[in-house]
Amino acid sequence: MNATNNSGPMGGNRIVPSAPASAASAVSRISAKDVTVHYGEKQAIFGVSMEVPEKSVTAFIGPSGCGKSTFLRCFNRMNDTIEGCKVGGKITIDGEDIYDPSLDVVELRARVGMVFQKPNPFPKSIYDNIAYGPRIHGLVKNKAETDELVESSLKKAGLWKEVHDRLDAPGTGLSGGQQQRLCIARTIATGPEVILMDEPCSALDPIATSIVEDLIHELKEQYTIIIVTHSMQQAARVSQKTAFFHLGKLIEYGETEQIFVNPKEKQTEAYITGRIG
Amino acid sequence: MTDLAQTATGAPANEAEANARRRAQVRRSLARRNRAETRFKMLGLGSVLAAMAFVAILFGNILSNGLPAFWQFTLETEITFDPEVINVPDRPVRQAGQSDADYQAEMLGWQRRLAMVNWNRLLIAGVESAMAEDGVTTEIDARSAQSIIDSGARFVLRDMVIADPSIIGQTRRLNLLLSADGDNWAKEKLSRNLPDERQQLSRPARDVIDALMESGSVHRSFAWHIFTNVDSRSSPASAGLAGAFMGSFYMMLVVLLLAVPIGVASAIYLEEFAPKNRVTDLIEVNINNLAAVPSIVFGLLGAAVFINIFHLPLSAPLVGGLVLTLMTLPTVIIATRSSLRAVPPSLRQAALGIGASKTQMVFHHVLPVTYPGILTASILGVAQALGETAPLLLIGMNAFVANIPATPLDQSAALPVQIYLWQGNENRNFFEERTFAAIIVLLALMILLNALAIWLRSRLERKA
Ligand SMILES: Nc1ncnc2c1ncn2[C@@H]1O[C@H](COP(=O)(O)OP(=O)(O)OP(=O)(O)O)[C@@H](O)[C@H]1O
Ligand SMILES: [Mg+2]
Repeated sequence: MNATNNSGPMGGNRIVPSAPASAASAVSRISAKDVTVHYGEKQAIFGVSMEVPEKSVTAFIGPSGCGKSTFLRCFNRMNDTIEGCKVGGKITIDGEDIYDPSLDVVELRARVGMVFQKPNPFPKSIYDNIAYGPRIHGLVKNKAETDELVESSLKKAGLWKEVHDRLDAPGTGLSGGQQQRLCIARTIATGPEVILMDEPCSALDPIATSIVEDLIHELKEQYTIIIVTHSMQQAARVSQKTAFFHLGKLIEYGETEQIFVNPKEKQTEAYITGRIG
Repeated sequence: MTDLAQTATGAPANEAEANARRRAQVRRSLARRNRAETRFKMLGLGSVLAAMAFVAILFGNILSNGLPAFWQFTLETEITFDPEVINVPDRPVRQAGQSDADYQAEMLGWQRRLAMVNWNRLLIAGVESAMAEDGVTTEIDARSAQSIIDSGARFVLRDMVIADPSIIGQTRRLNLLLSADGDNWAKEKLSRNLPDERQQLSRPARDVIDALMESGSVHRSFAWHIFTNVDSRSSPASAGLAGAFMGSFYMMLVVLLLAVPIGVASAIYLEEFAPKNRVTDLIEVNINNLAAVPSIVFGLLGAAVFINIFHLPLSAPLVGGLVLTLMTLPTVIIATRSSLRAVPPSLRQAALGIGASKTQMVFHHVLPVTYPGILTASILGVAQALGETAPLLLIGMNAFVANIPATPLDQSAALPVQIYLWQGNENRNFFEERTFAAIIVLLALMILLNALAIWLRSRLERKA
């Protein structure tokens, strides 16, 4: 089950353990090796390895409870905050082991931002929601810099037009879709390299969803994005690579188009055609 | 459809029948459920009404018994500051080159001379002048005349002279408090038919009060001194709550300054930072048990630790405050922990997710949303401590103290203990009303504190 990145030409391209040299156009920034996760006695992830390419969108799909969120949380060590959760194996970003004891998890989380399933803005003003991260990380020195960063983050998240005249209003007073974009802007503001998204659209209506999807599409020019989704259409629309999980194992990982058009594994095909889920 | 039902071996007909049966069944059970609901609603309403009735009875009783105490009978009369009676030298004036200590000593000597003046003679003369003014001709002896006026009036006159010695030789119109016995008589708390030997005032004194009430010189006035005077044994009519109030105030200050920060800090540590293991479990169980310990036990502990080991003074608000702090701590800790626990995990995730450290998460995000809860809990804890009596008895706060404490280390009374002391006073006729008045003051403070809690809560919640 050792999947690798593969950005070669589409169609009939099989996932092979060693990628051909011609496919090295996208650099792997994130790499996971033999990752296991235990919740107490119970094992949730079984030896997953994968390479996530830079500046693209990678989608995690799979039936409920298969461990997508658990695996996603390994990349910014959010699992550390869960009582009894143990992560094994090795995950590196730019060759740096993120589970190295000398690494400060706070710094990691500034580099690897996360957007959650339910929009969770702070119960503060829109402005403070965005300014908080840069402030605690010392990324801004004065009001002018903060103002600028708030504006540029909101613009990148496509929210500036809607909220520029009420930055002092509470973030919790926005609509669900706006709140989620606010959370994305908040994540962008700390200048991450990677953005993890755990079902970011599951609480949104179709219009808000398509706005967020467009946003993800733009963000991938700058950021490496990993997104967990239950919607196969969404995975197909926004991602370049797709990983299919089942019962804590990575079943298949490859180009999105290949996964959907020409799945290699029986289980993947069964899930995509709606026979497991 | 109908012919289909007949042709297809009656199955659909059976189905319709089954549906009808099921609907009837649901309707029957629905009726039962509705009855149960109505019954429950009635019971709930009934208990709320009963509780309100009890509260109404309680407050009605307290108010009807206590409010009259706030109006005491006074005698309005002319007092002549007779220089023959007030036979003292001029108030010392500070000489050039006189040292501070010398001047103080001289001043004290002068005040001692004033203390030896027979002020009662002025008071008796005051009663007589009122009688003369109103044409009351009853024969009255000096002792009876003196018994009409509260003996605390002596100090009122003395203080007037100290404040302004030029008053000597002048006449002033004053409102003098009637003595406790006089007040009882005027308020008709004693039956007028009791024989002389069972009356507390002599016949002439009673007659004079009646006559002066008739003419209006003896009338009710609002008893401001209840709020400004300290407790007094020699002149109960002018006894007040100021000392007890300040004592309670200092104790509440100590509780606020100690129980709230310590309690909130321990709760935050236990809930957010402490590792979850046997030791913390044990601590948690013990805190819950502490909350259930009877308050008198805390009093014993306070007496043993603060007074016997640390040699802090008896009857001091500081010690009272420390004991009440021990008592309030578990309440504050438990309430703070439960409001911390009620913070949704999504908020914590949001903070951690953008790289806040644990401390930043707690202090920037979690605590602010729990302020209303912590605040309410703290104020209710303080209010509970305000009313606590038993532990204070064990650290000597039931001693009779006749001054206002200037610091938390001075001897002092406390409001609930004052209620207890007045309740046990031998002059039942006068102090029963007084006790209720003190209860009204205490309850008013509690209601004020609770109102403050509600107001702060709604304010903070609106801001969040
Ligand atoms: N905090 C936890 N404690 C114990 N077990 C957990 C915890 N979180 C998840 N699990 C278990 O780990 C497994 C994987 O859960 P996870 O949430 O990663 O699934 P998922 O693929 O994200 O599912 P969904 O699509 O429903 O969100 C499940 O069996 C779940 O019961
Ligand atoms: Mg999930």
